Amino acid sequence: MSSFIEPHNLPGKLFIVEGIDGSGKSTQIKLLQKWLEAQGYSVFFTEWNSSTLVRDTTKMGKKKKSLTPTTFSLLHATDFADRLLYYIIPPLKAGMIVLADRYVFTAFARDVARGVHPKWVRKLYNFAVRPDIGFYFNVPLKVAIERLLRARAKIKYYEAGMDLNLTNDIVDSFRLFQGNVLKEYDKLVDEYGLTVIDATLDINEQQEMVRNAVKKALEGYSIKRRTHGRRQKVFWRRFAVPSAR
Amino acid sequence: MAEGKKYFGDGLPYRPLGNLKGKLIAIEGTDGVGRSEQIELLRDWIELQGYAVLETGWTRSNLMSRAIEAAKMGNMLERMTFSLLYATDFADRLENQIIPALEAGFVVLADRYIYTAFARDWMRKQDRQWIEDVFGFAVVPDLICYLRIDIESLIPRVIESGGMNYWESGCDLHLGDDLFESFKNYQIHMIEEFDNMAEKFGFEVIDARQPIDEIQKVLREKVAPLLEKKKEELPVRFLKTVGEEQGPS
Repeated sequence: MSSFIEPHNLPGKLFIVEGIDGSGKSTQIKLLQKWLEAQGYSVFFTEWNSSTLVRDTTKMGKKKKSLTPTTFSLLHATDFADRLLYYIIPPLKAGMIVLADRYVFTAFARDVARGVHPKWVRKLYNFAVRPDIGFYFNVPLKVAIERLLRARAKIKYYEAGMDLNLTNDIVDSFRLFQGNVLKEYDKLVDEYGLTVIDATLDINEQQEMVRNAVKKALEGYSIKRRTHGRRQKVFWRRFAVPSAR
Repeated sequence: MAEGKKYFGDGLPYRPLGNLKGKLIAIEGTDGVGRSEQIELLRDWIELQGYAVLETGWTRSNLMSRAIEAAKMGNMLERMTFSLLYATDFADRLENQIIPALEAGFVVLADRYIYTAFARDWMRKQDRQWIEDVFGFAVVPDLICYLRIDIESLIPRVIESGGMNYWESGCDLHLGDDLFESFKNYQIHMIEEFDNMAEKFGFEVIDARQPIDEIQKVLREKVAPLLEKKKEELPVRFLKTVGEEQGPS
């Protein structure tokens, strides 16, 4: 099994985005996906906590509020393992580009803010593939909260860390909990060499930085989508020669 | 200070141990070795002495048991994912059942413990350190009894008691041409793994080929010192009060 400490040696590329809710990372990764696809790359997108395997259990646990910091963490790890083995490693082995909205750093930041042992959660995810680039969208807590409260009517129980009994007010709890998550993210930037993007900049400015970093990481990589079995929409796709690697 | 409970690895920082009065006893052994029967007898005996008992078994958590059943039916999981499902189940039972019971002074009887997870995971040739790290939040038992059996004695027992099933035979591992061969090879490996762990983790090895009553006798001998110790730990003041109350009447 590969280890998270070392870079992977799979033919594909793995780019991931991280940041607290309201940092704008999902918008950025969608824009990145569009740009990569327009260049003819095969792109596979996956997001945190989305496998069917543990979704029902997580939902039930959340509803009953019976999740502890450790079961919460382990459920996400199970979900992640399932997605890694089915949706992340196969496309990487096939030489595709995989984009992940949130990755193991979400667990390292959130679960530790929730109280699990920082060493334990890192060992737990040791089976993960190290990304080629990990983008961290850094946003001040105040900005993130404003964005979130504007975007939706209600903050969810676990999102606000209400299970930690920090305070009875959900917005206050959210502020305290996400503040702790931010502190953990800050530690991860150096530990794992994350690429920090200032998430208060204009969206297109951020996207330009992201694309520049990705462009650099794709030097020497030229595995494009095969044209057979697909309608050729853009003329230059016909001339894209599959890599000989 | 009396010797307190310890975490197996990194532990739960938000849940310091130390004031756990109860005793944690793990019963390990391969499938079909007669664990549940022995636990039932042991429970009666412990309760007769006046101690409350909590039984807890593998994959019996409220949170996970349904998800695990569903996953087994589908047979679509990678082994690592399974190990994590088991770990989640265990964590749920540990935090919601085992630790609270130990706090309340119960004797907790665990039908299988983390060592079963280790044996199963190692068989699947995964990184041995990883699975031990994952279960680093477990509480180390006060006593681990390993019911040991050899493969020749085990096979007829399992067949008599309802036959071999897919998972107990490790069929996903393709260890043999048919169910019987697969079961045999799988259980041989499991016994080997348990034997290897016996010394490392300080198992009390009990010969499970003996008659039921004999096994039970040995089990009780191993358990007895834990219960006696508990009596000694009763504060003197408490004993006195009881005596004084009885005095005047």
